Amino acid sequence: MNSDTHLDGNSIGSLLQDLFGREMTDQRACCDACGAINPLATARVYVDAPGHVVRCAICGTVVLVAVTVPTGVRISFQALRWVELAP
Amino acid sequence: MERTALRGRLTWLEAEVVQLVQETARVKTIVFRVPGWTGHLPGQHVDIRLTAEDGYQAQRSYSIANANNNEHVALTVEAVENGEVSPYLVDELVAGDRIELRGPIGGYFVWEPSLGGPLQLIAGGSGLVPLMAMIRSQMSYASPVRTNLVASARSWEELIYRDELEKLSRERDDFDVVYTLTRSQPHGWNGYGRRIDKDLLAASTFAVEEAPLIFVCGPTGFVETAAAIMLELGHQPGGIKTERFGPSGG
Repeated sequence: MNSDTHLDGNSIGSLLQDLFGREMTDQRACCDACGAINPLATARVYVDAPGHVVRCAICGTVVLVAVTVPTGVRISFQALRWVELAP
Repeated sequence: MERTALRGRLTWLEAEVVQLVQETARVKTIVFRVPGWTGHLPGQHVDIRLTAEDGYQAQRSYSIANANNNEHVALTVEAVENGEVSPYLVDELVAGDRIELRGPIGGYFVWEPSLGGPLQLIAGGSGLVPLMAMIRSQMSYASPVRTNLVASARSWEELIYRDELEKLSRERDDFDVVYTLTRSQPHGWNGYGRRIDKDLLAASTFAVEEAPLIFVCGPTGFVETAAAIMLELGHQPGGIKTERFGPSGG
């Protein structure tokens, strides 16, 4: 988890928008592992993999993985306790 | 402002190149006209998609550099060596060419009038792009918030928008800029010549008592250093927004 290799949740803005149909980087999410509540934009995003690995900025737990496969983009929710949709 | 800029599904739009501006040796600003563009907020970005004749597609994300201006979207792109998309954008595109674009994207790293100010911007390298959109927006408003930029670049030659920044800082008393050139400095340079540190940011940014909104953008290491220093100086975590730029394969 070298700090020079990751981006942040701003970089998955369009992926999240594809998923939820609205802007999401400003929305709060809760890490299922440590309970930290932060905007999705602040998550650490690793793009070295064949896709995106999203980790909690506080404890480093993998919360979401998005991988491009021949049939589309496969999104796996690993440790998101909740995501908030502010009106 | 335009909530439409924050909502809804993204659709690919056809964007036509209308202007190209050489910013530095390897960086160009490309201005597109995008029919159907709904407007954007400073700090937002777009996805660009290129499709090869065999159907292969490559997609990248770029920050928007201009203030909201009808159907015009300006992107400042650095040609990354051996990159898949950026060398094409910088070296091959000419006026009249068309590419696919979608956006605007992002709602966290954005400035809206309701947020107020003053506005403290801290840029490392090409992280200046979305912050320039914020500066240009402010300067277009009738009552802008006071704005202060700390811009770090490797050299004067590699500092994008330098003429515009110089002009604004001369002409406007609501805008200030402090440069630091980390690798080489012009003869007679009296600005900073080192990487950002606590002394540098303490001396060149708004004081804690002014409760500035702080936006930091640049390479990951730069952003983490700057954000940690601003916290150490006493700014509130909620008042510091960060965006990390990285080598995305160009």
